[in-house]
Amino acid sequence: MTINLFEAKGINKRFGGLQALTDVSLTIRKGEIYGLIGPNGAGKTTFFNVMTGAYTPEEGEFIFAGTQLPFGKPHMVVESGIARTFQNIRLFRELTALENVMAGHHLRSKASLWGILTQNRKTREEERLITERAYEMLRYVGIERFATTMARNLSYGDQRRLEIARALATEPQLLALDEPAAGMNATETAQLRELISTIRGDGVTVLLIEHDVKLVMGLCDRVAVLNFGKKIAEDVPAVVQKNQEVIEAYLGSSHHAH
Amino acid sequence: METLLQQIINGLVVGSVYALIALGYTMVYGILGLINFAHGDILMVGALVALQVISFLQEHFPTMSPVLMLLIGLVVAALACMILGYVIERTAYRRLRNAPRLAPLITAIGVSFLLQTLAMIIWGRNYHNFPQLISTAPLQPVEGVFITPVQIIILISSALLMGGLILLVNKTRLGRAMRATAENHKVASLMGVDTNRIISTTFIIGSGLAAVAGVMFSSNYGVAHYAMGFTPGIKAFTAAVLGGIGNLGGAMLGGVVLGLVESIGAGYLGTATDLCNLPHWLQWASLTQTCSNGGSFELLSSNYQDIFAFVILGIVLIFRPTGLLGERVSDRA
Amino acid sequence: MNELVEAIPWLGHRHPKAARSLITCLMLLAPMIALLFGNTWVRILDFALLYVMLALGLNLVVGFAGLLDLGYIAFYAVGAYTWAFLASPHFGLHLPFYLVLPLGAAFAACAGIILGFPVLRLRGDYLAIVTLGFGEIVRIFMNNLNYPVNITNGPQGINMLDSMNLFGWDISHAVQITDTFRINPLVSFYYLFLLFVVGSVIVIRRLQISRIGRGWAAIRDDELAAKAIGINTRNMKLLAFSLGATFGGVSGGLFGSFQGFVSPESFSLMESIAILTMVVFGGMGNIGGVIIGAVALSLLPEVLRGIALPVQQQLFGKVILDPEVLRMLLLSLAMILMMQFRPAGLIPANARYSRPELARAGKGAQS
Repeated sequence: MTINLFEAKGINKRFGGLQALTDVSLTIRKGEIYGLIGPNGAGKTTFFNVMTGAYTPEEGEFIFAGTQLPFGKPHMVVESGIARTFQNIRLFRELTALENVMAGHHLRSKASLWGILTQNRKTREEERLITERAYEMLRYVGIERFATTMARNLSYGDQRRLEIARALATEPQLLALDEPAAGMNATETAQLRELISTIRGDGVTVLLIEHDVKLVMGLCDRVAVLNFGKKIAEDVPAVVQKNQEVIEAYLGSSHHAH
Repeated sequence: METLLQQIINGLVVGSVYALIALGYTMVYGILGLINFAHGDILMVGALVALQVISFLQEHFPTMSPVLMLLIGLVVAALACMILGYVIERTAYRRLRNAPRLAPLITAIGVSFLLQTLAMIIWGRNYHNFPQLISTAPLQPVEGVFITPVQIIILISSALLMGGLILLVNKTRLGRAMRATAENHKVASLMGVDTNRIISTTFIIGSGLAAVAGVMFSSNYGVAHYAMGFTPGIKAFTAAVLGGIGNLGGAMLGGVVLGLVESIGAGYLGTATDLCNLPHWLQWASLTQTCSNGGSFELLSSNYQDIFAFVILGIVLIFRPTGLLGERVSDRA
Repeated sequence: MNELVEAIPWLGHRHPKAARSLITCLMLLAPMIALLFGNTWVRILDFALLYVMLALGLNLVVGFAGLLDLGYIAFYAVGAYTWAFLASPHFGLHLPFYLVLPLGAAFAACAGIILGFPVLRLRGDYLAIVTLGFGEIVRIFMNNLNYPVNITNGPQGINMLDSMNLFGWDISHAVQITDTFRINPLVSFYYLFLLFVVGSVIVIRRLQISRIGRGWAAIRDDELAAKAIGINTRNMKLLAFSLGATFGGVSGGLFGSFQGFVSPESFSLMESIAILTMVVFGGMGNIGGVIIGAVALSLLPEVLRGIALPVQQQLFGKVILDPEVLRMLLLSLAMILMMQFRPAGLIPANARYSRPELARAGKGAQS
């Protein structure tokens, strides 16, 4: 018995005269790692941005955990349980790694202005809890030793991990990763793959938008392929890999290489 | 009707001065993404240098023709401001090209106040009379509508300068290099454009225009002093934003529109907010009495004229940040 | 108190206890020392404390939330005029300070929200110019609202403001302890202002290390990413504007009660810029730095005045640079040179979020 966690229904997005997304519908099941691939300019990132509330689509709707997602309100999308990372890592550069993750707890903490000014017991308790959880989260992604390092001073791979930790701190049901392997070497990619598996193992559904076909095919339970803003396939990797249209559109050129 | 015509003329004159200043803002913003807060103060330096030169000439060459005096004053002022603009860019801004977003703006504010302070030291705090070298005796082209020769000269010369600038930017090699640099520094320099030189040139041209505007401004109003640059500066910035910052044609249009709105608006502001215009049943007893005695109860008098610029600036930035003719949307935060 | 010491890491680093007592002594004895040089210096200290409060409030907006506000002085004006309206013969109202100060703060906070709403979406430099416009608009209204109904008394300003009356003790009156010893009212004001400053520091420090402070820091560093972790950037920015304004409003009220006179002249753009310079000079976002910046830049011109005027007299036989010019020169140079050579301010940015107690809490979590 599979439960649908996330559903996109007939999403259309235009930029001026350019039809970036045409009737894109897809379904992500609870507990799976779902890959979204496609050649450059296929609309992956546009879809991602529409879904996380950065853009408003002309038509269509998103159903997440049974309710409709609001458009154009990124912070409400996060609140309903979808966290994201960015293709070009966006951390709070002047904050320490720990504080980045603590900032991620912002949404799930509720200290009021009054509580903060009076430092009452509830606020202090919450603050202590946030700090502890943030340390746990850093340990979870494996960069605990850098807790007090300024985010901008971390290595590229660690920055990526920190970004994931920060996203996880918002306690999402669905974690959406935008090309997390971009710019990583083979070792770092392997570690990332392991981390994503662990995250799924702990009950968080993962949406993976990737350019690295090998990573997607090896890691994902199901894969959807976008081309020219349309979904041309959605199935388990083995089937998608054999889909003629997909091969022509995307894998065709690189298929032999892999 | 005559009043409206008069206000349109006044508006056009002030507007063309705004436009000249706005060009400097818009060129620098287009290329560096920097709001050159000190631009208005360059105008002030221009006016005061010209004043100094003209006073010198009046004292030592009393027989010289006034028009020649004004021209010499103008040229010296323009040269001084061009040098000043170059020096400011070289010393204060160049180092900050890749600095965090607020650093250049804070520096620009600092430069603005430094220029004012230095001017205060050199020329004192007083208002100086700016010699009226060109006749200010108003002509009357239409019955009841006045225009002075100074105003006519302002209109014509600013039109010529703006035309010249547009030709420079669109038809010459230098102009092409400027446009390329505005588009993308790195690519432009890869294409063999010396971007540092182009940026310096932009500052020099902008400062020269500001100097001319300063002399016009002072000739028109007959005064000059150390803080005179602030108000026209901020208004010209508004004009640049109104027209679409980074866009030369926009700066000109914005300047003229702002000048007209201000001039016409100021004329009607008092009457429009006069509570005596309220229907009778809305007026309270004492108000009715004031009004029937021929008095008025203007909520906003023409003293509020300066508010227009700020209100327009806010509205444009909030609702149409690209301005009237805006095409380039700069991503610089 | 802890916040104050901690805020000066390079002092409190080696001998925190010594540093703490040194600061305390200095703070408490400052007016006595100043008194040795004359009443003027106590007055200058009083103003320095007002500037500290203003700089702390502006720092909350600029340093914490990254919103460059060039119209901050308007909130100071709101607070001061509130005091003038509600506690002076102008309208014949003489409300007590415990009503007027909170009202001034509340009005200023409202003004902050009114300014905040339209400018929320603006980017850094545009925001700066629009807030500057806001400050100017407020000033234009202060100058012209004497007609058709006299509200602000125009450019002349309002005078004979009530002083601070602490439950029957008017602190502008000297306190006669014995026949020969009495407490100067300027000294009383000093301690009153000091109390407010200490309170402000505690409040601001608590905000800084709370979820709200982290939200602001997130917006300052990367607004898009802040949205992506569920921070309601609109509300957080409005909160920054209104809280920052609150401090301006309170200091404005204190200013009114201290000066006894308000006029639009005190609320010019130059003052906004001066406060910004103090924040920038000390180190945006660093409470200790901002305090040092505010104290330094409000005392330095006065010290210079004490030195430069006699020197000029000696050298040139006349005064070339008067004190006001000196102050402007100093502020503008401070602004330019700091940006060129030390953009993070006197106290570097990486001290900004050093929090020893965090590391401790973390070790606790580990074991």
